[in-house]
Amino acid sequence: MIWAHKDLIGMEALGRDDIENIFDIATSFKEISTREIKKIPTLRGKTVVLLFYEPSTRTRISFEIAAKRLSADTVSLSASGSSFEKGETILDAAKNIMAMAPDCIVIRYPYAGIPELLAQILPCSIINAGDGFHEHPTQALLDIYSMREHFGYIDGLNVLIVGDVMHSRVAKSNVYGLKKFGADVTLVAPRTLLPPGIDRWGASVCTEFDSELPDADVVMMLRIQKERMKQQFFSGEREYALFYGLDKSRVEMMKRGAIIMHPGPINRGVEITYDATESARSIILDQVENGLAIRMALLYLFLGGGKRVD
Amino acid sequence: MWIKGGRILDPATNADQVGDVCIEGAEIVGIYPGGKDADANDVIDATGLWVMPGLIDMHAHLRDPGFEYKEDIYTGSLAAAAGGITTVIAMANTDPVNDSPAVTEYIIEKAKDVALVRILPVGAATKGQRGKALAEMGLMKASGIVGISDDGAPIEDAFMLRKVLEYASTFGLRVISHPEDKSLSASGVMNEGELSTRLGLSGIPKAAEEVMVARDVIVSEFTGIPVHITHISTKGSMDIVKRAKGKGMPVSCDATPHHLLLTEERVSSYVANTKMYPPLREDQDRSALIEGIKASAIDVIATDHAPHVRDEKDRDFDLAPFGVIGMQTLLPAIIKLHLEYEIDLMKVLSCVTINPARILGIDGGTICPGARADITIVDPNAVWTFTEDMIKSKSKNSPFIGMTFKGKVVYTIVRGRKVYKYGS
Repeated sequence: MIWAHKDLIGMEALGRDDIENIFDIATSFKEISTREIKKIPTLRGKTVVLLFYEPSTRTRISFEIAAKRLSADTVSLSASGSSFEKGETILDAAKNIMAMAPDCIVIRYPYAGIPELLAQILPCSIINAGDGFHEHPTQALLDIYSMREHFGYIDGLNVLIVGDVMHSRVAKSNVYGLKKFGADVTLVAPRTLLPPGIDRWGASVCTEFDSELPDADVVMMLRIQKERMKQQFFSGEREYALFYGLDKSRVEMMKRGAIIMHPGPINRGVEITYDATESARSIILDQVENGLAIRMALLYLFLGGGKRVD
Repeated sequence: MWIKGGRILDPATNADQVGDVCIEGAEIVGIYPGGKDADANDVIDATGLWVMPGLIDMHAHLRDPGFEYKEDIYTGSLAAAAGGITTVIAMANTDPVNDSPAVTEYIIEKAKDVALVRILPVGAATKGQRGKALAEMGLMKASGIVGISDDGAPIEDAFMLRKVLEYASTFGLRVISHPEDKSLSASGVMNEGELSTRLGLSGIPKAAEEVMVARDVIVSEFTGIPVHITHISTKGSMDIVKRAKGKGMPVSCDATPHHLLLTEERVSSYVANTKMYPPLREDQDRSALIEGIKASAIDVIATDHAPHVRDEKDRDFDLAPFGVIGMQTLLPAIIKLHLEYEIDLMKVLSCVTINPARILGIDGGTICPGARADITIVDPNAVWTFTEDMIKSKSKNSPFIGMTFKGKVVYTIVRGRKVYKYGS
């Protein structure tokens, strides 16, 4: 097994082989979470620092549990309650944390580029858990893993990613990753929420949901951030839900075997309704479960955790 | 002082000859093609060197008064002298803003005391650069300002812009306009396009600049009053200015060395020394600007020298302030443009000498008998790499650190006094 990366900043830099490698290890780790004693000693003595400068439920807990299942020690820090509130910059904070010799820093940050800057200056591994509008590679990995688990393949899958593409690091990471596996990706959003130049990434771009929906194998709904509404990106929840929301009638338009995904957290009644999240097509909770295995695999790879488990 | 045997370059007359320059006091008193027996005690051997008018940097921020931790009039002049710049046009966004004769006098008086080069302030167009009420342009002119600009706080209101142009022209002052529609720039931090999407950084569309270039040109034409548009960065802006000039309109403009030599790809490092307004653009824009110099559509190359200290710049790209320094790399950049892009040497030198002097109506920018003895002597063959320890400014935020240049300032002379000598 060859793993040449020091850091995970984005899907852009990962090769298909790297991703396959992560998936193989994730699959072997999935079983651990079904054991009665959900812990293996692989990363004993390793320290993982979780720096979350932006609110997070899923990603943070997922990383923390992943580290603990592998017996790594974890320290978790959020913006509130840290020296960030006293005005310390992230670069200073990270250098101070580095002085305590962690093996890996998992970082979520509200602005793009900080994981990249940390990776340049710190000797430990940096895993990007989402930076601004840039990338969220672990989410994309778990999404693509979940698709492959469900369908058995990715090549040729029709994937719709619907919603606030402009402000979505999840969408961007998924486009990079899915294209590497030969999926057909279509981004659906009003023009106000499509970032410039994304049509050059090999994904199709469409402003109309209903015309694309019947052909989709995967419908990935993106969270609409309510704070965007005051910035004139769309007229309001009512119109948004009508044109871009996944509700019962749209679920019924989906083709046989097609699935529904959402990275969470959900704005119920805006981009997705109860009928959609609770339908048999939804694999939203599988995504969360797979997220844990993916993050275990990543920590294992980055922390050089000795022999493979079997 | 006697400067012997140099290649004397005078962009004002296109004269290019080997010979001697004789200086008495603060004035050039003789140019002797072919040379003559030196008749002075202080002789500089300029064999193999260029002898040219001292540079005029038409757009700089000296941060004094108010932000002396970033730069002050002394350190700014030190950087200028090391860059062969003998006149610095200082923008008005100090604290307090230079919108009154008291602030103008402070700058003039302090410059007299400490500056190594000539510092000429620009006055604000509106009080506090807030775009609401005209500043005391007449009184500031009497105190020494040479132009009018609200620079980074561009005048939004077109009626106000009209009145600024009319009022400034009353006192014979040129208005320098920073073209930016702030509502279109919004929260942008780099050029908008595929790369900004890839980097996850908010974009500043080219249109944010171009709509204001168009507006300024139209209001200038309508009032018949000249306007100088500063730091244009896009092909679209270049086209608008070219069209206006083609119609004979009295529009002038400048571009910065960083927009002429660098592109948005530099931002990929997330290092904030590549963050400025306007942002670094694409190669097609850069090429259009270079063509613009060749076609005389760009009149001036100015630094937009904007010092910010490391504590401010060394952080999240989104939150770092806009601006880069540029005085010590102005002349090297000019020479690079000449050598690598086949821009006529006289033409590119005129962009930092006689052209800004003419636009602002100030003396300098020429090397001839009777002119100010502001002279820069350059070794055109010296190859060197710009490193951080060479920087004389208090702030080190240059995007050119690590770049190799050909051509180096050897002497800077202001009013007959050597203010900089390489290596000492």
